[in-house]
Amino acid sequence: MLKTFRIGGIHPAANKITAGKGLRILERPAEISIMLSQSIGAPAKAVVKVNDHVEAGQLIAEAGGFVSANIHTPYAGTVKKLDNVRDPQGIWRPAVIIAVDEEQNGIPSCERTPDQIDALSPRDIIRMVGDAGIVGAGGATFPTRVKLSIPEGKYADTVILNGAECEPYLTCDDTLMRSEAIHITEGILLIMKAVGAKHGIVGIEANKPEAFRAMTEAANGHSNIQVVKLKTKYPQGSEKQLIYACTKRVVPAGGLPVDAHVVVDNVATAFFIEQAVRTGRPVTERIVTVTGPGLSDPGDFLVPTGVSIDALIQAAGGMPEDTGKVIAGGPMMGRAVSCLTAPSTKGLSGVLVLPEKESLRGPVSPCLRCAKCVSVCPMGLEPYLLMTYCQREMDDEAREHGVLNCLECGSCSYTCPSSRPLLDFIRLSRQRLRKKK
Amino acid sequence: MTSSIIVLAVIGVIAAVLLWLAAKKFSVKEDPRIALVEAELPGANCGACGCSGCAAFARACVGAKSLDGLRCTSLPRGGMDKIAKIVGLAPAPEAVPKKAVIRCQNSCDLRKPLNHYDGPTSCAIEHSLYQGETDCIYGCLGLGDCVKACPFGAMTLAPGETLPSVDLEKCTGCGKCFEACPRGLPEIVEAPEDRLMVWVACANADKGPVALKECPVSCIGCGKCKKTCQHEAITITSFLAHIDSSKCVGCAECEEACPRKSIHHIDRRVTLKTPVDAC
Repeated sequence: MLKTFRIGGIHPAANKITAGKGLRILERPAEISIMLSQSIGAPAKAVVKVNDHVEAGQLIAEAGGFVSANIHTPYAGTVKKLDNVRDPQGIWRPAVIIAVDEEQNGIPSCERTPDQIDALSPRDIIRMVGDAGIVGAGGATFPTRVKLSIPEGKYADTVILNGAECEPYLTCDDTLMRSEAIHITEGILLIMKAVGAKHGIVGIEANKPEAFRAMTEAANGHSNIQVVKLKTKYPQGSEKQLIYACTKRVVPAGGLPVDAHVVVDNVATAFFIEQAVRTGRPVTERIVTVTGPGLSDPGDFLVPTGVSIDALIQAAGGMPEDTGKVIAGGPMMGRAVSCLTAPSTKGLSGVLVLPEKESLRGPVSPCLRCAKCVSVCPMGLEPYLLMTYCQREMDDEAREHGVLNCLECGSCSYTCPSSRPLLDFIRLSRQRLRKKK
Repeated sequence: MTSSIIVLAVIGVIAAVLLWLAAKKFSVKEDPRIALVEAELPGANCGACGCSGCAAFARACVGAKSLDGLRCTSLPRGGMDKIAKIVGLAPAPEAVPKKAVIRCQNSCDLRKPLNHYDGPTSCAIEHSLYQGETDCIYGCLGLGDCVKACPFGAMTLAPGETLPSVDLEKCTGCGKCFEACPRGLPEIVEAPEDRLMVWVACANADKGPVALKECPVSCIGCGKCKKTCQHEAITITSFLAHIDSSKCVGCAECEEACPRKSIHHIDRRVTLKTPVDAC
């Protein structure tokens, strides 16, 4: 019996067309734009000036607050300007624009021996994570340094690595687990040490047997690490759902995973942590799935920060004629891209190019009271009711009915036979409530 | 038969006496002028006066020692005089009427849509998702959140239009549209009937060269209007001009000077309606 979460969930077509195709390297761009807001919280502060020469891996912006992260350049080059660039949603954001040098020597790295790594204290590990600018690689981009600093009076006994990758189309974590299983396993051991946890669990959906096998082999010999096969169901990779599936623990409403004594990190985050601690390399590149039914050559690319989304689509065979929508991230929780010149960031997991006929919303018709949205909601909410409250600006009633517990996973909108914009209004209500607080 | 009639009649009389006693004992004396004042008010509960609604404003007027600062913006000229007569106080001096103007000239001819939004008809939702259908991230989204918010029906957005139009006869300057707009485009300006209403019909705060590309009638912050103005009514912050309507005298010389056609005027002496921008 495969493990999974208790209520709700949907089964969208997996469409993992890039699975098992291996990792591809992107051609070096002539220019990169590195956005200063690449994590939740305050944007980073640039520490370079125009015409400065920067080496690959050099710090170009430092954390601009407690919840913020350092940013490094993937290539050596000259700072061309500090200016605003449009993000994927077309909003102007400050960025460092670097003209990339012809000659590259790669990012300098050291090699710590296992003994040296063993001698590191939890505080040392957290400091290295902070220096390397690691943020949650699953897409939420929460600074990992903050996540690993367990608040006073709380404790974590279990670390869960999220390898569920329940979003259709995306295969970046699958590819990483297949090729870097040993490093990911070392990464989870480091996280366990940093937060003082005794157990480690790696949760992988059953539709990734290769990754499951690789991770199981890598975890062999570590009795405190368990690799768990999870049922293929969306949103299996959502934090609260994953915690329940792996440990049967429930995160209290409004609480954080640490309230259930769990720390959850993405597999790619664990990989970055291992890299930062063993070799001292900062986060400057990540795997991005560039995919879509119409693309001629989709694949998983190793993408340095700051490459335009347009360049990624070009590398995957160019924009098909009938394209209706480009999505940054997966089709369920990703956001539509309105500006293709926007640069990639540490949180970009995928670029999905959808043909017009698949991208359009259906015509909205009145609610049938079929309660499909209620039965698929993984948080046990009543989306049809929350939407009505929000439309009437009855935010207090929406709060009483748990609108703040919504994951914004979109299962309700996906399943609605009347194509009602359930999540759109629920999200608006959540935004208004957060503003009021 | 007779007994039941008698019993019912007796119960009726007793109940009537009880009700009469209760009405005497628990009666609340309300100043009859409150109802009279309320009858003069529009009953839209817009809140522009600062009270929670028209009834609260009526109570405030009756309880006040002077009518200074108490004013219903949606009453026609002389409306406050009537209320002053009811409450027996000296009428406060007529305040300058205020009207809403929209700081954008969105139309399909000016800003070509570069992408297509197919979400729910709500400016708030579109604004929270992304830049909007055109390159300008400040301009009107044209889905009519302000139209829905207006308690006086002064805003209209006909099918096919991309910019709401304001009916200045109905507009009372209550500011509900400004609160509803996620981009804060409606501006409440002082609009005396004896001079032109002049405003900067743009909210683009991008640098000049960027704003120049984004819209053919965007304000680029060149400062020509500021130099022209002899009344120090114009300020420029983050590459965007703004006219202080309390200092403006309505000469509209800035409109002549603007190389971008970002400044608009309405002559309320001639017409009381804004021109309609239709696609």
